[in-house]
Amino acid sequence: MADPSTPLSVPRVQTASAAPIRPTRWLTFDRTVSLLLIAPSVLAIAIFVYGFIAFTGFASFTRWNSLVPDFTLVGFSNYQKLFDTTRFQIDLRNTVTFTILFLILCLFLGLVLAVLLDQRIRGEAIFRNIFLFPLAVSYIVTGVVWRWLLNPGSAQLGATGVNLLFDKIGLGFLKNGWYTDPSIGIKAVVLAATWQMSGYVMAMYLAGLRGIPEDLREAARVDGANEFQVYRHIVLPLLQPITLGAVIILGHMSLKIFDLVVSMTGSGPGFSSDVPAFYMFDTTFRGNNFAQGAGIAVILLVMVAVLIVPYLIYSMRTEAET
Amino acid sequence: MSRNMRWLVVLSLVTIVLVALAACAAPTAAPTPTTAPAAATKAPAAAGGKLEMFSWWTAGGEAEGLAGMYAAYKKLYPNVEIINATVAGGAGTNAKAVMTTRLFGGDPPDSFQVHAGLEVASYQPDKYLQPLDSIFASEGWDKVFPKDLLTLLQYQGHYWSVPVNIHRANVLWYSKKVFADNNLQPPATFDDFFKVADTLKAKGIVPFVMGDKEGWESAHVFETVLIGTLGADGYRGLWTGKTAWTDPKVTTALNTYKKMLTYINSDHAALTWDGAGQYLIDNKGGMEIMGDWENGWFQSKNYTGYGYAPAPGTAGIFDALSDSFALPKGVKNPDNAVNWIKLAGSKAGQEAFNPKKGSICARTDCDQSLFNAYLQSAAKDWQTNAIVPSVVHGAAAIESWATKYKDIMALFVTSGDVAKTQADLQAACKDAGICK
Repeated sequence: MADPSTPLSVPRVQTASAAPIRPTRWLTFDRTVSLLLIAPSVLAIAIFVYGFIAFTGFASFTRWNSLVPDFTLVGFSNYQKLFDTTRFQIDLRNTVTFTILFLILCLFLGLVLAVLLDQRIRGEAIFRNIFLFPLAVSYIVTGVVWRWLLNPGSAQLGATGVNLLFDKIGLGFLKNGWYTDPSIGIKAVVLAATWQMSGYVMAMYLAGLRGIPEDLREAARVDGANEFQVYRHIVLPLLQPITLGAVIILGHMSLKIFDLVVSMTGSGPGFSSDVPAFYMFDTTFRGNNFAQGAGIAVILLVMVAVLIVPYLIYSMRTEAET
Repeated sequence: MSRNMRWLVVLSLVTIVLVALAACAAPTAAPTPTTAPAAATKAPAAAGGKLEMFSWWTAGGEAEGLAGMYAAYKKLYPNVEIINATVAGGAGTNAKAVMTTRLFGGDPPDSFQVHAGLEVASYQPDKYLQPLDSIFASEGWDKVFPKDLLTLLQYQGHYWSVPVNIHRANVLWYSKKVFADNNLQPPATFDDFFKVADTLKAKGIVPFVMGDKEGWESAHVFETVLIGTLGADGYRGLWTGKTAWTDPKVTTALNTYKKMLTYINSDHAALTWDGAGQYLIDNKGGMEIMGDWENGWFQSKNYTGYGYAPAPGTAGIFDALSDSFALPKGVKNPDNAVNWIKLAGSKAGQEAFNPKKGSICARTDCDQSLFNAYLQSAAKDWQTNAIVPSVVHGAAAIESWATKYKDIMALFVTSGDVAKTQADLQAACKDAGICK
């Protein structure tokens, strides 16, 4: 989750420090050393990241749909079949639903918690830690716990988890099938994911809030703004970069979500909680449809790239300006 | 930076590069030509050397059964060292990937586990496996295995693997107490099934329990409905292209299954098959259709109040799945491997393996006193019934097709769209290259 722009700035710092020593020759000794030092990681990344991405892309155009590799090129037919598959169509819809709901809930909850914590209340550190703790839990654990919490129970064996709670506090009408109800499906997973990640967003916003100088707010108040207007016109606009960062981080996580879904619901009834990553795993390693699996991987990569690349360009540009 | 310092840096860099190169080179140097050891082991007497057996049996009854077979092998060939090469992971997903790499990479184990039936096709048998026709003949296996099984085992006219065990998929499990309380008999036909189900529903008992959290369970039940509707030959034809998926009988099966689904427990999507079985144990559910591993699960729960019958409409038909062992080409210990294959198909080997695994012998002449009541009854059916391959468990179709079939049926549980499901099933058959 490191700032994606850091690796880009590293080589520049090194070459900058190396250049002034002997400006006449291009391949100075120090430059050679730094190149040599970078070479292994560049090579490793070239092979194990970009090389394999290229191979996956290639495999998605072949007819490799059994344990035996078959590299006959078939053009886009794997993709065509994929988009014709009901399961994949549902998966894409689920991903969109999940991403939108997850982003809205996390940003909203994170912001509210951060603003509340920013009121210099007593025991702030305790609350901050409580809200942050879910982040430390593995997705697998979150998934199992929420699977139990949201287990609907049944008429014969009685209600369990959250449904039981609703029963006991007289909110029985709120009971529902959660992830076993096809119309809820992935939204139940959003609940678990939000529980886990909203504390992280809170921490980001809190840091942002602390970075806003008090005089700005004071000045607004002197000008007659009420507390709501201070937040609406001063604080929120200043938090924009934080929001962007949070959207990028949460967005690419939600596109790639896999472990939480697997441990919590699996594919769900009628694939109502299925996601492309899980379908990729299923079709590749259970069905031996390697070409189709590669196709899903490429589509996932494109989706993440659509989100990340503009951000990278944006952050590189702002970096160049400063 | 002083000159000395510079050379120190250069020297250390060179060292790092050399170490890295050495590390990279080591693995490529390791795999020596595979033909040499094979020739070398021919020299000593047959009962020496090693035997490497590859499987995904790592835990529970199956691992115990495998150990039982190893013990039987050791008794015959005490000087052979057995290497138990296992790769964990349900249904062998990981193991198959490793196995393929080893087979195609020229480093095969002496024998490996494969589901009997069409799964062997994914290993390109004509190129990488040895046909076992001569062993089948010399051991007289064509007489002790049922005829339908022998047909099932053949691929491109040859036997490629020897089956060690048999599981049955089309079993209807029911709670004896629930049935006795309501004066019911296990249903033999779908009409009976729905009558029984209506009676139970009126009593507030879940008539038909299902746990389809993992998706395949739904496809499993539908497989038995297909068999019950189309009969043994009609069902077999679905996987060979003789029966069309557009057949009106498939429509009937889908409609029957759709009606069955109206009787299931509301939390079916949250449970796996064993979780659903809890309904029977608690006498809150009436019937469940599942393979006979349910028998072992009931026993592990100390539950004895269960009854069993063939799934509706499938009396006289045995929906089978089976594990078998194959013999790769170019193995390092050919004699030991052949001895292993012979043991796997022998009465002694199968009697050592199956009581522990909770399955029946593929042979029809095992000593029945070693088995419990359910397995004895299954073994009796095995001798006389028509045998059909299970698709969900890898015997009837290639894996890419079986996976698609599973997905389609998992979707059907919520969509209930008969026409679209039938069209999808037909399309999957076309993709597999069986239907035109």
